[in-house]
Amino acid sequence: MNTNIYPIATSIRHCRGNAVNEVSVLIGGKAGDGIGNAGVLIAQMLNHLGYYVYLYNDYPSLIRGGHNFAVIRAADRQVSVHQDRVDFLLALDQRTVDLHHDASPSCTMIMNADLVSSSLAGQGISLRAILAAEQAPGIMGNSAVIGAFAKTAGIPWETVATVFHSHVPKGLELNLRVARRAYDQVQTVRVIEPIDRPALPLLTGNEAISLGLVKAGMSAYVSYPMTPSSGILHFLAEHADRLGVTVIHPENEIAVMLMALGFSYGGRRVAIGTSGGGFCLMTEGVSLAGQAELPIVIVVSQRTGPSTGLPTYTGQADLRFVLHAGQGEFPRFVVAPADANQAYYWSAVAMNLAWKYQIPAFILSDKTLSEGQYSLEPENISAVMAEEPLLWDRTLPYSRYRDQPEGISPLAFPGEKDAIVKVNSYAHDEVGITTEDAGMVNLMAKKRMSKWGALSFAVMDYPGVYVGGKTDAPTALLCWGSVRGACEEVAVALGLRLVQPVVLRPFPAAQMTGACFGVSRMIAVEENADGQLAALTRGHGIEVHGAILKYDGRPFTPGELLVKVEEMMAR
Amino acid sequence: MTRTLVTDAGNTWCPGCGNFTLQHTLKTVLADMEAAGKSLDDIVLVAGIGCHAKIADYTNINSFYALHGRAIPVATGIKLANPRLTVICCVGDGDTYAEGLDHLIFAAKRNIDITLIVHDNRVYGLTTGQYTPTSPLGFHGKSTPQGTNEYPINPMELMLASGATYVARGYTKKMALLQQLIAGGIAHKGFAFIDVLQICATFFNQTAQYNQQEYELAEHDPTSFNAACAKAREWDYNSDAPIALGLLYKRERQTFDERFSVPVMTQEVREQSIREVLEQHR
Repeated sequence: MNTNIYPIATSIRHCRGNAVNEVSVLIGGKAGDGIGNAGVLIAQMLNHLGYYVYLYNDYPSLIRGGHNFAVIRAADRQVSVHQDRVDFLLALDQRTVDLHHDASPSCTMIMNADLVSSSLAGQGISLRAILAAEQAPGIMGNSAVIGAFAKTAGIPWETVATVFHSHVPKGLELNLRVARRAYDQVQTVRVIEPIDRPALPLLTGNEAISLGLVKAGMSAYVSYPMTPSSGILHFLAEHADRLGVTVIHPENEIAVMLMALGFSYGGRRVAIGTSGGGFCLMTEGVSLAGQAELPIVIVVSQRTGPSTGLPTYTGQADLRFVLHAGQGEFPRFVVAPADANQAYYWSAVAMNLAWKYQIPAFILSDKTLSEGQYSLEPENISAVMAEEPLLWDRTLPYSRYRDQPEGISPLAFPGEKDAIVKVNSYAHDEVGITTEDAGMVNLMAKKRMSKWGALSFAVMDYPGVYVGGKTDAPTALLCWGSVRGACEEVAVALGLRLVQPVVLRPFPAAQMTGACFGVSRMIAVEENADGQLAALTRGHGIEVHGAILKYDGRPFTPGELLVKVEEMMAR
Repeated sequence: MTRTLVTDAGNTWCPGCGNFTLQHTLKTVLADMEAAGKSLDDIVLVAGIGCHAKIADYTNINSFYALHGRAIPVATGIKLANPRLTVICCVGDGDTYAEGLDHLIFAAKRNIDITLIVHDNRVYGLTTGQYTPTSPLGFHGKSTPQGTNEYPINPMELMLASGATYVARGYTKKMALLQQLIAGGIAHKGFAFIDVLQICATFFNQTAQYNQQEYELAEHDPTSFNAACAKAREWDYNSDAPIALGLLYKRERQTFDERFSVPVMTQEVREQSIREVLEQHR
């Protein structure tokens, strides 16, 4: 028996001097087999062995049938992307073997012997027989596979039991018996050694966004379900009482946006979430937020477009849309976190900035970030606090749009004594009454636009650009959002610089200039067909020399990206 | 009175516009409320976009001058944000029966405690005369010079079907009744819907027809849903049948806003709650 952790099949090809300790597990089956839940349990077992974990869920837009798979990657350092090549392949059906074995010829396999007929090496268990012996329903087949995996990987039964106790919501005892039966049927063949490190909270990007918003004082969340943003709605609805959030699911996205602006006017810190199609319906309200100067946080989680596109797959094609959505001109804040840790922090910052400047603030996510699971660093929890906006001090009669420095008018909310709070979608005067007077229109436009300068200045206090890899290398990979996971690993492997602007509007020009100092070759890596960040960056005078683009809905993996980067560098 | 209820904004409604009656009526209702001990600071007026909506500029109370068709979701958000507030929503017929119809139906369905006053002049005034969802069949407007090819909807019937708990119809030439209906709607706990037949002096002056058709409800039992439906169906917004004015229907039902509490949390409690949730994810 091999008691060492396996020579890492999953680490990047040509990994130069970066010996790492990591393991990847793929579990696949039909939609309805509970692949998503099984993935979470496996991720938690590896978490409890002391590893940092990243989980990728791949599923089609249907409820039953089709092929689902999850890849769990565990390492002794933070990882935020999965690999194509895995160490363990857990196949609930034949299709899983057919689709995934070729990428991982040396993997250790566990197969559902009832459905998989393969000459390939591996251990088979009969889910049918195990379930029959325990009189368990078909959905518990995934517990048998998890049990078999645990034994195969030398994971102590106690770890399995601990994880099941914490993370199996229903039928715990029966699930444990099913898992144990499979555990006892197989041999340990490839041990995943534990690391002496405590387990961390595992969070999806959507959950991290939710908690970051709560940390900054969010007390209302309004949303209409749309993949891949719905996880925020579900999570906050589940924890509404504990987290102190009023969660409303209205009739459509137009109502979402306008209802949220009602909350905002009423003095409640509010956020909304959607994906591209839903955001299309919200844009009239985005412009209203700009004109009426109502703070709001808008989470847009991208999926493959245009239109309905690929509902359950990823994309980065809505950057331009979010940067510009809404008629007229008004300031906005746009941030695109790469992983759950950034998502938590920047969601809180977005809420604070929305209220400080009374503007719409956008959190631009994507399916990979929203639905991937990450290990959250607990010390990040306290890193950011809810900040008070500028409030009316009662010295002057209240004027909602009083022209003050930086364009920030003191806030009061309806119900406050002696404040008549008038907000307006029309061009208005300082009190909030409609006007067509040229001088006043001019004044108010200038007031709104002056917030740009103040916001741009304020944003410089935040880590708006992330630089990684070999930070002084002359060749840099430029990316945004979840793509950073693959880019950073390639940058490390090839000795390149990695530049990820996290803040995208106001564009962190000074920080980007610093981050790109000494770069003679900049390669953009984006999951869209048009190089939207490349164009934005060029627009600010920073040259981008090439772009590696992908737009099939599947996220870049490091192995795949490395080949493409090498090809481009050889040119 | 602690303040004048009219702002300095110059009034731009046409002479003879039914909006004047509505504004005056609302002012009277607000003054009465204040006299009865209600603070005007706790009242919010939400308006859509259209001639009706200028009432937001003209009335000296908290206001949210929203978007065409979108006053209701805004009002819903305000009421949920702070249930202590009295939220009055002035909307137009094109505004709420066309652009914002989905919100109207859901407000009734939820029984959110707001009062909706529909300035139903059955024509788009601000865009200079096109048909609306309550214009009669064959209405000659700028977008339908040959006359419309569709029947109007009957908003009274629609609201009864959608679950509204206060359904009334007023008329701008019957001010005393209108005042009573609006005051009753504000006092009603739940979604109060008041369709106000309002003449448009410039584009659709129906004064003669309304004066001929209207009658005030008497001996009508507003607690009877069937009786309300019968009265609602009497006139379909197209025919020359009698038009019942008054309170058609009223019932008590738990309101949407009553089902939510307003969370109050300190930074410390919030952080502790986050840690507890994180612990479940470990």
